[in-house]
Amino acid sequence: MVNTKVNLCGIELDNPVIPASGTFGYGYEFAEIYDINMLGTFSFKGTTREPRLGNPTPRIAEASSGMLNAVGLQNPGVEKVISEELPKMRKVFHKKVMANVSGFSVEDYVYTCSKLDQCGKVGWLEVNISCPNVHGGGMSFGTSPKAAFEVTEAVKRAVKKPVIIKLSPNVTDIAEIARACEDAGADGISLINTLLAMRIDIKSRRPLLKNVTGGLSGPAVFPVAVRMVYQCKKAVKIPIVGMGGVSSAEDVLEMMLAGATAVEVGAENLVEPTACKNIIEALPGAMEKYGIKDLREIIGAAC
Amino acid sequence: MIREVCEIISNEGLTESVFKMTLRLGSAGALKPGQFVNIKLDGLYLRRPISVCDAEGDVLTLIYKVVGTGTEKMSKMIPGEKLDILSGLGNGYDLEKSGDTPLLLGGGVGVPPLYLLAKKLRESGKDVKVVMGFNTAGEIFYEKEFSALGCGVTVTTADGSYGKKGFVTDALPEKYSYVYTCGPEPMLKAVFKAIKTSGQFSFEERMGCGFGACMGCTCETVTGYKRICRDGPVLSKEEIKW
Repeated sequence: MVNTKVNLCGIELDNPVIPASGTFGYGYEFAEIYDINMLGTFSFKGTTREPRLGNPTPRIAEASSGMLNAVGLQNPGVEKVISEELPKMRKVFHKKVMANVSGFSVEDYVYTCSKLDQCGKVGWLEVNISCPNVHGGGMSFGTSPKAAFEVTEAVKRAVKKPVIIKLSPNVTDIAEIARACEDAGADGISLINTLLAMRIDIKSRRPLLKNVTGGLSGPAVFPVAVRMVYQCKKAVKIPIVGMGGVSSAEDVLEMMLAGATAVEVGAENLVEPTACKNIIEALPGAMEKYGIKDLREIIGAAC
Repeated sequence: MIREVCEIISNEGLTESVFKMTLRLGSAGALKPGQFVNIKLDGLYLRRPISVCDAEGDVLTLIYKVVGTGTEKMSKMIPGEKLDILSGLGNGYDLEKSGDTPLLLGGGVGVPPLYLLAKKLRESGKDVKVVMGFNTAGEIFYEKEFSALGCGVTVTTADGSYGKKGFVTDALPEKYSYVYTCGPEPMLKAVFKAIKTSGQFSFEERMGCGFGACMGCTCETVTGYKRICRDGPVLSKEEIKW
């Protein structure tokens, strides 16, 4: 018997596998095809203070071993998430969920996080300072150590639940941002969000995405994500949630060796709806194959 | 939603760029008119959504136009090869609203999803009229197949090389009880303005997942934000903001 349990910021997970925000909705569509209670937890669709339609379509484009998206944080706003979605999530998922939050000002982040902090169903707040697809917010907080510090400190002051700051890979030195978050009191960090990218249709000579640019995700970004998790692990002591192109149990092990305590799975959910189930089921076998009895032993073992 | 790996029975060209593929699968009977399947292809990351043309017994028929890398790959596949699909996606057409004399309007590769719809409407004894629009004579397919179902069929071509010259909206019959349509967006807009009754419109959009998780294909409707893949692809005329 192997042990797949890990502890993420004081809450035990049955396994480290977490569907990433924006690739899993509120879990309903996946609950129709497998029992999502097997997941460690899941990070539900990013929530903002006000409702958002998101960007005009097309919002999606193909890439080699990956995809671009420019959804732009479509969500019904925090009030409706709390009054409508959380009660529905409760029916399909019996563990704590991770609430992913975005904003356009420090006040936005504090407001939305404070509201979600009051919800018993929410275990962690994942504060997204790295969305590349909205203007005047999102990523601008995640590309400056000072802004990252400010938003982290303000949110930490306002809430009781563990705060995990989701970082952008679109920076020169991600370790510097990670340190700023740790210094401001973050309980953990998650990375990487998508890489700023673009495709052009040769026939029409126009960008494929209406938003012009989008975020690249999928297996293509996995090595970038491993490298950044490794760099952050060397820089901070707080737990790291690793993500970016994870699509197999072996990828989970590799991400944990780089320093991740838990691992989010994103784009793969969209092309293989049972991806997380497949990974969780394959994990004990993969651990045995590599002589791993307890996943906790390998966190950062490559560092 | 059901995930299946199914075998290709046939795959042949209907015109220069439009292909018909038949597949053997376990759940074909469960597919509703207007639904689609999402196909995984070797070497491509995202699945490709293709509308259901027919589902009879365990045979699924798809008709697709080669427009990019995905459909190009599909056109080169041969009988015996396997395809990984997610089936039963989308809401499909609501047949209850049809009345006794429904009118089906299809443009180009918007025609295929109307075939299973016409078949089901004929099975329930409806007097079905179909107007199919194409650019030119060489692009026409499935005229005989719709006629064989007992539908009244009119074909239009934009260049007048076959049937009535013009667009589907130039060939609307005098009387009809309801409209079902699928085609390129300019055609749908023209139909929206031209028809005298209510109707259902099937939309196309670039999709991420095809089953409602990623919000990649959302549009704004009178009744709120809808995901084309999950809450659509069929929207009622009253919902559309045009």
